[in-house]
Amino acid sequence: MRVAVMATCLGDAMFPDAPRATVRLLRRLGVEVEVPEAQTCCGQPMVNTGYLDEAVPAVGRYVEAFADYDAVVVPSGSCAGSVRHQHTVVARRTGDPCLEQSVARASARTFELSEFLVDVLRVVDVGASFPHRVTYHPTCHSVRMLRVGDRPVRLLEAVEGIDLVELPQAYECCGFGGTFAVKNPDLSVAMGADKARHVRETGAEVLVAGDASCLMHIGGLLSRQRAGVRTMHLAEVLASTADDPAVVGG
Amino acid sequence: MGATFVGMPPFPVAAREKLADTQLRRNLAHATATIRAKRASVVGEVPDWEDLRVQAAAVKDDTLTHLDEHLLALEEALTARGATVHWARDAAEACAVVAQVARAHGVDEVVKVKSMVTAEIGLNEALADEGIAAVETDLAELIVQLGEDLPSHILVPAIHRNRAEIRDIFRSRMAAAGRAAPEDLSSEPAELAGAARLHLREKFLNATMAVSGANFAVAETGTLVVVESEGNGRMCLTLPDVLVSVVGIEKVVPSWSDLDLFLRLLPRSSTGERMNPYTSTWSGVTPGDGPQEVHVVLLDNGRTRALADEVGRQALRCIRCSACLNVCPVYERVGGHAYGSVYPGPIGAILNPLLRGPGHDAQVDSLPYASTLCGACADVCPVSIDIPEVLVHLRSRVVDAHRGDRLPTAEAAAMRATGWALGDAGRLSAAERIAGVAGRLWRGRRMPGGRAAIGWIPGPGSRWTGARDLPAPPAESFRAWWRRTGRDEGSAP
Repeated sequence: MRVAVMATCLGDAMFPDAPRATVRLLRRLGVEVEVPEAQTCCGQPMVNTGYLDEAVPAVGRYVEAFADYDAVVVPSGSCAGSVRHQHTVVARRTGDPCLEQSVARASARTFELSEFLVDVLRVVDVGASFPHRVTYHPTCHSVRMLRVGDRPVRLLEAVEGIDLVELPQAYECCGFGGTFAVKNPDLSVAMGADKARHVRETGAEVLVAGDASCLMHIGGLLSRQRAGVRTMHLAEVLASTADDPAVVGG
Repeated sequence: MGATFVGMPPFPVAAREKLADTQLRRNLAHATATIRAKRASVVGEVPDWEDLRVQAAAVKDDTLTHLDEHLLALEEALTARGATVHWARDAAEACAVVAQVARAHGVDEVVKVKSMVTAEIGLNEALADEGIAAVETDLAELIVQLGEDLPSHILVPAIHRNRAEIRDIFRSRMAAAGRAAPEDLSSEPAELAGAARLHLREKFLNATMAVSGANFAVAETGTLVVVESEGNGRMCLTLPDVLVSVVGIEKVVPSWSDLDLFLRLLPRSSTGERMNPYTSTWSGVTPGDGPQEVHVVLLDNGRTRALADEVGRQALRCIRCSACLNVCPVYERVGGHAYGSVYPGPIGAILNPLLRGPGHDAQVDSLPYASTLCGACADVCPVSIDIPEVLVHLRSRVVDAHRGDRLPTAEAAAMRATGWALGDAGRLSAAERIAGVAGRLWRGRRMPGGRAAIGWIPGPGSRWTGARDLPAPPAESFRAWWRRTGRDEGSAP
């Protein structure tokens, strides 16, 4: 099976620890992963702002870059959701039947990280070790677009040494919402402030989620509040082992 | 006269204002949390709930596909049973029909059943212009009307008011409209309801004409259906001699077996009750019983425009339950007024642009963006409207409507540039290298985890950094790491 990792544009440019951890984790599990360098972005920033024509190049790059792989692993519920649910809308609009076909093929082989681990590799205990107090935020697109259900929580529960505490009102949106965060900044912050309050209530040292974008928003608020809580991507926790532990402090 | 939604600012401006209202935030958080819990509990009792949602969507879609036939069947059945059917293309035509019936009977006051569609067409204001008072008889609508306020929720239009505010409105405003509230009225719910009951009883007993909407219109028998909780609707539908019902053309259902499906879905989704207290049905005129003159105004007012939108037409399935409002994290924080329409919340964010057409009005065009696309609304919708899908679609219609503009907005230019940069890995890589240099030079406070924090960006960037830190760009992008070591690192132990 040829497996590729999609770093996502945000992971590539701003949060490289998440795709790096994804590569390490998959290799540890015996998967030969590749990172096609032609990849860029799923196109969601344009699509969700209403700029469908502007998303065509990104969608085109996606289907080209990942054409030769049996599976594409994306460490983001939102980006995987965009590939699976929005690429077809963009492709249909171009009126190019070839693009529509490639999009259908590519989206069927695209998996969010927890889906790939649990459904394809059929593993729940990935051999990770992370002796810290953690709370998990289930991101909206992973829950309601992809229906990943409790897969991420099952993966976390199997991590050695973890103290996983439930986040109050976990399923409420954090308020990021892509360009919503800057089009309606006050509202975005009002929602994020409630999410950050719930995170603090858990006493967790680390907030974990499967989307770097939501973590950038909640983490930005927690940092401004000097809350002393750091954010980490699910992949970073799962990649951490007793021999090669993730650095949390500092 | 009452307040108006006309001239409301775009959503972000209105929302910012509402966020500062601490009383509103608490009223809404309490009310929506209560109704969310009630709904979740009674929906959980129905094992085939998900199947019912799919069936309901299919019935509505099928009906909308053959809307012309069902409407003609409805008209025929209504006419056969003694009702007079009027067709109205827009708000003005519908209001004119109601006013004309009132004038024909020399009426200067009509009683009203709670109805979204009459609020949509501004009927009360139109009747007032003709010297006819329209009295709202639903308790929450009465509170809104007496307070010269605007509704902020589909089901509970006074959700933004608490008991103390309602007592003050009753004490100061009831006397001018009819029977006064007691001098010593307290804010106890039973006392408030008692004052409203006495005030309204006088109105019911004196009314010659009533105006209603309808939750459903059954084509096979020409039957209109009103679903309610307080019994005020039953009073209006049975006591006065003349009844005019304004009905959106999407309210038609072919048969009583279809109606059964919706009556199972609506109360649980709406009030969180297994069954609503009052369901009134009437088919034209019944001699010697109830209204002896029955008019039905079938209203378009943008519905055929919505129907023409292949993605958006699913919004016409809506049965106005308001479940989407109650679960919406945006609605919960700003309330209904920020949406500038009688249809607020997620459904309003799609219905208003669909009915009025995107691309003409900045306020309407701001509504599809009034959402994080979190999807909570779609999960609770009893007729499976994929609201996030329609929101994204309407955003593209807003953008497309402005593609021909001579001067592109800053946003359009930025999106074009981003789209271009993301169309090629080399361009993205170059941007990352520049950001990496900036990141290495940035000397800021450390965020937990060790990255430097950017706490302030000038210009549009301040919309992010106003309340949130941003980590400085990493010295090395993922792409650069992969090129340097990633290919080999950890590949085989």
